[in-house]
This record gives sequence, C-alpha cells and structure tokens, in this order.
Amino acid sequence: MIQRSRATGRYIFYPRVAEPGTGSTDLEWVEPSGSGTIYSVTVVRQKPPAADYNVVLVDLAEGPRLMSRVDGVGPKSVHIGMAVKARVIRENDAPLLVFEPV
Amino acid sequence: MSDSGEDAFPRGKTAIVSAATFGMGEAPGFTSKDLAAHACIAALRQANLRPEDVDALFVCLSDDMLSGMTVAEYLGIRPRLTDNNRTGGSSFLIHVMLAALALESKQCDVALIAYGSNQRTATGKLVNLIRSSPYEAPYRALSPISAYALAAARHMHQFGTTREQLGAVAVAARNWARLNPDAFMRDGLTIQDYLQARMVSDPLGVRDCCLVTDGAAAIVMTRADRAKDHASRPAFVLGAACATWHQEISNAPDLTVTAAAESGSRAYRQAGVKAADIDVVQLYDAFTINTLLFLEDLGFCPKGEGGRFVEGGRIAPGGELPVNTNGGGLSCVHPGMYGLFTLVEGTQQVMHVCGARQVADVQLALCHGNGGVLSSQATVILGSEATL
Repeated sequence: MIQRSRATGRYIFYPRVAEPGTGSTDLEWVEPSGSGTIYSVTVVRQKPPAADYNVVLVDLAEGPRLMSRVDGVGPKSVHIGMAVKARVIRENDAPLLVFEPV
Repeated sequence: MSDSGEDAFPRGKTAIVSAATFGMGEAPGFTSKDLAAHACIAALRQANLRPEDVDALFVCLSDDMLSGMTVAEYLGIRPRLTDNNRTGGSSFLIHVMLAALALESKQCDVALIAYGSNQRTATGKLVNLIRSSPYEAPYRALSPISAYALAAARHMHQFGTTREQLGAVAVAARNWARLNPDAFMRDGLTIQDYLQARMVSDPLGVRDCCLVTDGAAAIVMTRADRAKDHASRPAFVLGAACATWHQEISNAPDLTVTAAAESGSRAYRQAGVKAADIDVVQLYDAFTINTLLFLEDLGFCPKGEGGRFVEGGRIAPGGELPVNTNGGGLSCVHPGMYGLFTLVEGTQQVMHVCGARQVADVQLALCHGNGGVLSSQATVILGSEATL
C-alpha cells in the first residue's frame, strides 16, 4: 500500500503524515499496480563464496521512486528501463518488497 | 525551490585571511579535536591571531555531535556565535556563507571554521554519519558508494559516459597529488591501473572512491576592511550559496542533476562572474562521478558532457581547467568530510602559496562541497583583491 493525496491525486512513498511540498494531510492508503521500471541499478560485489547482488531504484507506474532489488535473474541481467513487477517475500523473518522481471 | 532574485549577499565584504591543514594522511595518537585544534592554531598564527581573538566558531566533527561547544572549550574561545551544522561535507562551505553574513552584520569580528578527523588511525574506515531508513536498509546498498554508483549508472545510460572517462578523473587527481607533498597517495596511477582495480558497486571500483585518511583543516575569516592586516593576499568571499533537494538517493528527483545547479548559479550571480571566468576549481570528489556531475551542474560544460570534457587531461596538471589541484578526496586527503579542504586549497591558490602545483595568476577560485549522497550542495566563489 502507498499513500495518495485526495486533493492533488499525487502518490507518495515513503509513508508520511503530510504530502511533501503542499503539506496536505488528506492522505489515503491505496493499492498500487505493482508495475514499475528500473531507473538505475548497481551490482554490489562480494567476496566469494557470498554472491554479488543488485540494488535498484524503481519508478512505480504511479510515480514514486523507491529502492529495491530484482529477484529471479542474475544481478548483471538487470538493466535500466527494464519492466518489473512487485512481489512481497519474507526475508530475515520480515516482509520485503522486491521486484521480478515482467 | 524559491528564488527571489534579490540576493543581497555581501559580495567581497569578507575574506578568508588564513588557511591551514594538519595531520594529513595518518596522524596516530591524536583525537579528532586534537587534530582540529592543531589546524586552528596554525591558521590563527598565520593571521597573527590567538584563540581568544575569535568570536565566532563554526565546526563539525564526525565523532562529536556537540563539537561546536567542545572545540570552543578546548581552544579557550568564548564565541558570540557557535554553529555546528550537520550537512555532511558541505557543512564548511555553508559555514563560510553564514560567517560572511554574520561578519557583515557585525554579529562577530573574527570567524574560525574548523574540522578534524582521526578516522583512519582510530577505525580504519569511513566514519559514516549516514543512517539508512527502513525503506532502503533491507536492500544492503553499500553506504555511501552504492548511491553514487546508481548515479553513475544513470549518467552512463543517458549520456554514454564510460569507465575510461571516470578513470580520467581519478588519473587527473593523482597527477595533481604528485605535485603536493601533503597528499596521501602519490604513486603513479595509469588508466590501466584504474580499469584493473577491484569493482565495489558497479560501475564504480576502488579507484573511483575517495581515500580513508586522518586530517584536519581550519580557515579564518574577517571583514574585508581588516583582511589586509592579517594576510598579504586575502581570498575575498564573492559568493556563497547552498541548496538541498533530498536526503536518501531514492528521493533524488534526477540522478544526473544535483542541487549544485542551484547553489552554483546563485553563487555566480552574487559574485557577478561565470564559469568561464574561474581560474581554478575545487570540487568535493567523494567519487569520480561527483566531478563530472559538478562540472556540468556548475556550468563548466553542458549537461551530459562531463565525461567527454575530462578526456585528454583537460582537468589534469597542464590542462585547460585545473580541477582539484591538491589531489582531491581521491588522492590527497579524505578524513570523512572533505568540504573544508576545497576551501583551504581554493584560498591557497588565490594566495599564490601552492608551490609546484600553483596555477599561474589565479584571481578566481570556485570551491564546492557535497553532503550526504549528492544531497546537500554548497558553492563558494573566492577572488583576489583585483576582483573586488
């Protein structure tokens, strides 16, 4: 779930008590489509045997940008402009938002 | 972003009258405040001043949240104005802006701006004040390099910037450092060395990263009317401006444009000069991509052209635009927050005291600081007496 301002229709992430800029407090929770596009990507190199992993910035179809990870493909296959879909997994005993290639 | 267009910054009404460093590289046995105090004493002596003459203190130490009060007590200063802002490596350039306003309005007469860090000998790594939010932390981005890597990847994607072009920044910084006896890394660095260095967070590798060193710096500012009592060639503050657009990298509106575009244009307007007039440029090069972004945002080349601009040694010794003439954070010194070293080098270039690395006939120097992950940007333009 992400927030949206009733007055302006603007979607907001991360959750706040007021819309940035306008200060509007008329925020409601809405379910985003889960569709996104990779805005940028980096591969964090690890000492073996630990595996390299990717960190991405994803532009949600609704507008907000957030940090995440793309699962289901090797870290080097993730590229800017790639269409991705959100999925909530459990990692380290907590829910985690990741993305998968469409 | 609001801009009244009526910026009454007191152009040339204040000056940096001395600039000193201490403990560059490794300084075992000192605390951060010891190092800062050494730099303060050296800067004050250069200006024929003593701690008790100081009535405004601006300081930011990574390992001491209340360092303004700490350093005042340590040095025996009773400031009328104490500032301890926390905008990372841009803090000290913002101190210059605030000190200029306070001096001009006679809130104070002698301003001391100071920094010191023993991070290398105390911890062996960057003392990092950046705390990830719950929305970024689970993805294990390396702080702060992955944020800059995301910016570099985007710049490459949009403008075709290459690793070789980032490497040209690292090689230029090293070649300047080789002319600076105080620089920490003075071994030769070739583009092949750069390309073969270990990758850390693609597309950035070890040689894209600033150093982890100890070091301290201090500068003293007075009003222009008494600057010549303290320095034969003061560096007059012609413009100083800052801007912040985000904190975490996921909230940066465009990873290829920084708030330096705003701080820079305002500082140029205050100073009445343009990029083409600047003789020497000191940029906070935490990573190689910073140099490209700031050269673009500060108007030295068009947006997207930074990579091509630095090719062929243009910013290296003997090049058309001298950038980071001390060797920068990449090869000279980086104790955690490099900002004040841009001001020390800019001042010393205007004072014409830089020895082998002195750029001929410097009249105008631009210094630029960066805080957080491209988050806080601050620009200071310094000029010789001839520019007043």
